[in-house]
Amino acid sequence: MNAEPVISLVNAVLFVLIAPLVGGLIAGIDRKVTARMQGRVGPPVLQPFYDVGKLFEKENMVVTVTQHFYVLSYLVFMVVAGALFFSGGDMLLVIFAFTLSHIFLVLGAYASYSPYSHIGAERELIQIIAYEPMIIFTAVGMYMVTQSFNVSAIVNSGIPIILYLPGVFIGYLIVLTIKLRKSPFDLSTSHHAHQEIVKGVTTDFSGSNLGKIEIAHWYEYVFLLGVVYLFFGFNPVLAVAAIIIAYFLEILIDNTISRVKWQLTLRSAWLIAGTLGIVNLGVLYYLKGVIMP
Amino acid sequence: MTYLKKSPWVIHYDASSCNGCDIEVLAALTPVYDVERFGIINTGNPKHADIFLVTGSVNEQNKEVVKNIYEQIPEPKVVVAIGICAASGGIFRECYNVLGGVDKVIPVDVFVPGCAARPESIIDGVVTALGILESKRLAMKENGNKTMEKPGSAV
Repeated sequence: MNAEPVISLVNAVLFVLIAPLVGGLIAGIDRKVTARMQGRVGPPVLQPFYDVGKLFEKENMVVTVTQHFYVLSYLVFMVVAGALFFSGGDMLLVIFAFTLSHIFLVLGAYASYSPYSHIGAERELIQIIAYEPMIIFTAVGMYMVTQSFNVSAIVNSGIPIILYLPGVFIGYLIVLTIKLRKSPFDLSTSHHAHQEIVKGVTTDFSGSNLGKIEIAHWYEYVFLLGVVYLFFGFNPVLAVAAIIIAYFLEILIDNTISRVKWQLTLRSAWLIAGTLGIVNLGVLYYLKGVIMP
Repeated sequence: MTYLKKSPWVIHYDASSCNGCDIEVLAALTPVYDVERFGIINTGNPKHADIFLVTGSVNEQNKEVVKNIYEQIPEPKVVVAIGICAASGGIFRECYNVLGGVDKVIPVDVFVPGCAARPESIIDGVVTALGILESKRLAMKENGNKTMEKPGSAV
């Protein structure tokens, strides 16, 4: 009997069970480090778990019934995307499920009647348009280096992917700022600006629905940092160090740079994808022809 | 398990305060007092809030606003009236347009005295409110998680 499907399944189940704990812990450390950067004591590291626990204790005020469906779909497809990724599945399918989950969040925000919610939904759509090319380039770049879209093949290839794709990696880090909802690109909803219009997408969600969005965000953390791991898959210690440094940089950027308009978000994300991404892939394509024809 | 007391999110509304109490409320959020230590976040969205902080007296113009915000906060919720104006109308109570304290419009759980209320007493008031919040949660649980009857919902 082939052991590989069993390992894949175990990995997927482990992701479903452990990822929220890891993601919540990352969110807690994030808040603590952020507070220290601002000269505050900050909340306990377990604060995100308290928050979500509380949200499930609260009344769930429903604006439209379809909200339940959209929020649940957001969570389910985020889990599916992450589980596919950690079971070593196809990178393109992972990206497809990942994008679909965000589309459900946008639909959920559009389903309500609040203008703030609609602004948040529009901004979330703009963010999806902004980061999507770079995410695709990441997958394509990994295919060009390892000749496979399968995550298991990429991670087991033993190739130092980072040396082939430095431009793609920097580009990925920049769209990671959008994905982690960090300033300067925290347009649709933010971890900090609770009184501002940027609370957008979550405006009409309360109670357990808001809790589900938070949990989906924890899954997202783990998945996105898992992609960082792929770049350094040849050396797990280096990979974990890279994840920690990358995340610390994100927090630093979050606390030092002010929020930009959506036009600049879109322009800078595409400019980065268009330069760092395409140039990196182009050079790689050229070198492949020259060095190993 | 009770997570409610560990993560109280507040919404702050200035009914018709002179801004004295508002500045003290915001002072509690600064690095000096840093109420996020206790998981307190100042939200701008009543649907995310647990504690409603009202400063200033209620007048004819904003009584509907106060009611509206109160109704949009999901159960369980508590109201903290901050400063003497929110308690009784204060020096503005004789004004032709002032109704009086916040309790004229919505049920208030905690009154924080002072003109202006000090950040320490505001934090103390919020901590007192947490106890009431917890007892409301238990009452809600006994009612089988049913939505409580909302006073004044027929506006």
